[in-house]
Amino acid sequence: MNDMTPTREQRTAALEGMGCKRKRVEDIRFTQGKGNYVDDVKLPGMLHGDFVRSPHPHARVKKIDDSEALKVPGVLAVITAETLKTVNLAWMPTLAGDVQMVLADGKVLFQNQEVAFVVATDRYAADDGINKVVVEYEPLPPLVDPFKSMDADAPVLREDLAGKTTGAHGPRKHHNHIFEWTVGDKELTDAAFKKAEVSIKEMISYHRTHPSPLETCQCVCSFDKIKGELTIYGTFQAPHVIRTVVSLIAKLPEQKIHVIAPDIGGGFGNKVGAYPGYICAAVASIVTGKPVKWVEDRIENLTATSFARDYHMTTEIAATKDGKVTGLRVHVLADHGAFDACADPSKWPAGFFNIVTGSYDFPTAHLAVDGVYTNKAPGGVAYRCSFRVTEAAYCIERAMDILAQKLNMDPAELRLKNFIKPEQFPYHSALGWEYDSGDYHTAMRKMMETTDYAALRKEQAEKRAAFARGETREIMGLGVSFFTEIVGAGPSKNCDILGISMFDSCEIRMHPTGAGIARMGTKSQGQGHETTWAQIIATEIGIPADNIMVEEGNTDTAPYGLGTYGSRSTPVAGAAIAMAARKIRAKAQMIAAYKLEVHEDDLEWDIDGFRVKGLPEKFMSMKDICWAAYNSVPPGMEPGLEAVSYYDPPNMTYPFGAYLCVMDIDVDTGVYKVRRFYALDDCGTRINPMIIEGQVHGGLTEAFAIAMGQEIRYDDTGNVVTGSFMDFFMPTAVETPHWETDFTVTPSPHHPIGAKGVGESPNVGGVPAFSNAVNDAFSFLGSTHIQMPHDYWRNWKAAKQLGAVA
Amino acid sequence: MAKTHVTMKVNGAEVEGLVEPRTLLVHFIRENLGMTGTHIGCETTHCGACTVDIDGMSVKSCTMFAVQAQGSDIITVEGMANADGTLSALQEGFRMMHGLQCGFCTPGMIMRAHRLLKENASPSEEEIRMGISGNICRCTGYQNIVKAIQYAAAKINGVEFREAAE
Repeated sequence: MNDMTPTREQRTAALEGMGCKRKRVEDIRFTQGKGNYVDDVKLPGMLHGDFVRSPHPHARVKKIDDSEALKVPGVLAVITAETLKTVNLAWMPTLAGDVQMVLADGKVLFQNQEVAFVVATDRYAADDGINKVVVEYEPLPPLVDPFKSMDADAPVLREDLAGKTTGAHGPRKHHNHIFEWTVGDKELTDAAFKKAEVSIKEMISYHRTHPSPLETCQCVCSFDKIKGELTIYGTFQAPHVIRTVVSLIAKLPEQKIHVIAPDIGGGFGNKVGAYPGYICAAVASIVTGKPVKWVEDRIENLTATSFARDYHMTTEIAATKDGKVTGLRVHVLADHGAFDACADPSKWPAGFFNIVTGSYDFPTAHLAVDGVYTNKAPGGVAYRCSFRVTEAAYCIERAMDILAQKLNMDPAELRLKNFIKPEQFPYHSALGWEYDSGDYHTAMRKMMETTDYAALRKEQAEKRAAFARGETREIMGLGVSFFTEIVGAGPSKNCDILGISMFDSCEIRMHPTGAGIARMGTKSQGQGHETTWAQIIATEIGIPADNIMVEEGNTDTAPYGLGTYGSRSTPVAGAAIAMAARKIRAKAQMIAAYKLEVHEDDLEWDIDGFRVKGLPEKFMSMKDICWAAYNSVPPGMEPGLEAVSYYDPPNMTYPFGAYLCVMDIDVDTGVYKVRRFYALDDCGTRINPMIIEGQVHGGLTEAFAIAMGQEIRYDDTGNVVTGSFMDFFMPTAVETPHWETDFTVTPSPHHPIGAKGVGESPNVGGVPAFSNAVNDAFSFLGSTHIQMPHDYWRNWKAAKQLGAVA
Repeated sequence: MAKTHVTMKVNGAEVEGLVEPRTLLVHFIRENLGMTGTHIGCETTHCGACTVDIDGMSVKSCTMFAVQAQGSDIITVEGMANADGTLSALQEGFRMMHGLQCGFCTPGMIMRAHRLLKENASPSEEEIRMGISGNICRCTGYQNIVKAIQYAAAKINGVEFREAAE
């Protein structure tokens, strides 16, 4: 071997494969303003649509007069429910088995609900038109408090469901009841509580919040009357599903619908569902024969598109007096707003909330969820979480702290005592899931050692003593959180959307020069798929990642996939990539054997090509095999080197992590300071550590926002009081703490490369860490639980109620 | 509505257009000039995705009328790359330090950071965090944006960039 021959390390490094901190290819265009987002799409003759929205949360619509609007220069059409009825689109199906008005049909059910769609030559004219549409309303009493939704005298919200005793998920108890969902063994759990030495019970609320990606929801619809084809550019996290749904409800042949999701400016679950804007823009394009753009503004995004959370969870744990948990009982009241438009797999009316037993070995558990209607915006989405996992993790992590407090045990010790043990995996939970792999004790102990947890507790004890002596007005909280997520939706045995199984897909085509393209059913909204997917291929087939182009978001060219949300891309599509790449490598091996004149079995894979076993100089690189695949394949073999994989995972994946938040709170002002935040994540095999770290930073920042101030709040009259970034807390660089990240690696045993997914973990684990820190700070004053969000005012109020402030 | 003729310099080139007096500057840039790097995120001057540089100041173009920019000298993200088309120090910093994910806030962040470094060539972390507090990012958690700006400052100042220890 001479000096010019690259070493194994150099050959591996040249691929920039898995485990490499490869710089993102996307950034070349984004840093130069050359991204192509939906609002950048401009088609010849394009019109603009905008909504007339209801100022009332609950009102009968007596009359809509569009005559003055139609006189406004530039206004071409005003579409109402009556218009939509002519094409049978006045109502649309939701992802949760309910139906939703596209435009107000007889009455409105939440403030800012869409009432009419004005189409004009530009966005200013559309706005002028909106102001001239006269809507006559008869206000009705609003229902704001979900706890009053099933009162005997509660107003009937959904008149379309009058008299229906059965909904999409079983019997309805009340005219504002959507579903009741129960899981687990009630009898066994009740028995566990009867003989419990210790138990706790607390109503733990997870307030209504909102994903708020920086780019709002938007689309451009263009109907070609001659060809009968509809092209939709949109902010879609699941483009293929949108195409199928449009085909089913608009009765257009699916092959004549082209859905294109270009660059997306953040999704976080907000861009999974279908919104009236998409339907109205499509109908307007069909009616006018011109392309129609709909771009939501920020107020519309916050008040009318999918909210998140709004779960009120009465939680009980039974335990022995030395701290071994023996039973979990949870009842949830879920406020779904005016229509049940939650984005959940069809079988799960409350998503994966039944991961609520968390990381702990509960012998028995019982869960009941009641979904109710109120006069609020619809569409509970999996905001940076996998279908209600965030609520579940918050519920159990708060409850474990409350139990620790009652037992006078350290919260970390209580967790260590109750963790599922490494030898118990695959672990079958009391509520029906099979956890694939985990090593919780190692993660927790690493967190405790790295942060010197014992010293922090000692410092806290000293501070509490100083506070009692009146020497300080500052209290200190340690927020411990340990979470297990359930991601990678999912196996077709568990998961579907409107009957479509939740597999995902990848098609790889290698070209003669050793370059290739991978097309995917997923759609990045900032996760960096163009970078990381190429890294998987690089490692699997030995072609440098730079030589692989990744394309997503075009339903004409990509294989069918279920899209990107719920941390499913790496667990599902990441596996599809590996499987497609392995098909390519298998064919490459046959070609190499033919060219090297040996039997296939005599070849071994060596980083970037095949080598004859025992004859190291007989080697054929993958680059050369690509060339051979197009001009000298074995007799009888089809030329070409491409493969497609549709991957239906055998199970979900279960990433986990151990977080610690150290917080100081001034009781006189309620002002808090996050002194330290440590996040250890185990997402299995790590594809790009730089991107994982970035995802953790982002998720923690969103968790910080939610726990410490962000809330979609309604006043008693149903008025949204948090309708812009003026009053909806958006942390900036000034408020946002510094993040410390760490990791362990416990690969998933059933995933081809062992990867589990990470994007949502920091949000799932972060919120309880912040909330536990606040609650831990106040606990020595006698409180068990203070509801989020923990902003300065609420902290001050808590201190006052607990007698710490005069 | 009657239209007004406006002229201004954008990224060194003289441009002109006919706009309604109520036309926002960001719409003039995006629709009339066809330069789509400047983004619209909130329309209330909170998020900073529409930040451009006007006569040496960072300005949020979503709450300024195009007619108010008459005769001014504007730089947008399209004017930030080096003359030979390579990434400038700031753009390179965002890429090297992983200072972006979805990329939607990035043009505004870069434009704000550009002015910040013109005013203070060696800002501290605190000064950077305060300096970009008018720009919201939903993806990165800011830590890497701060590093990206520190990287650019080091490069512009001709000193070696060293990441602060975690």
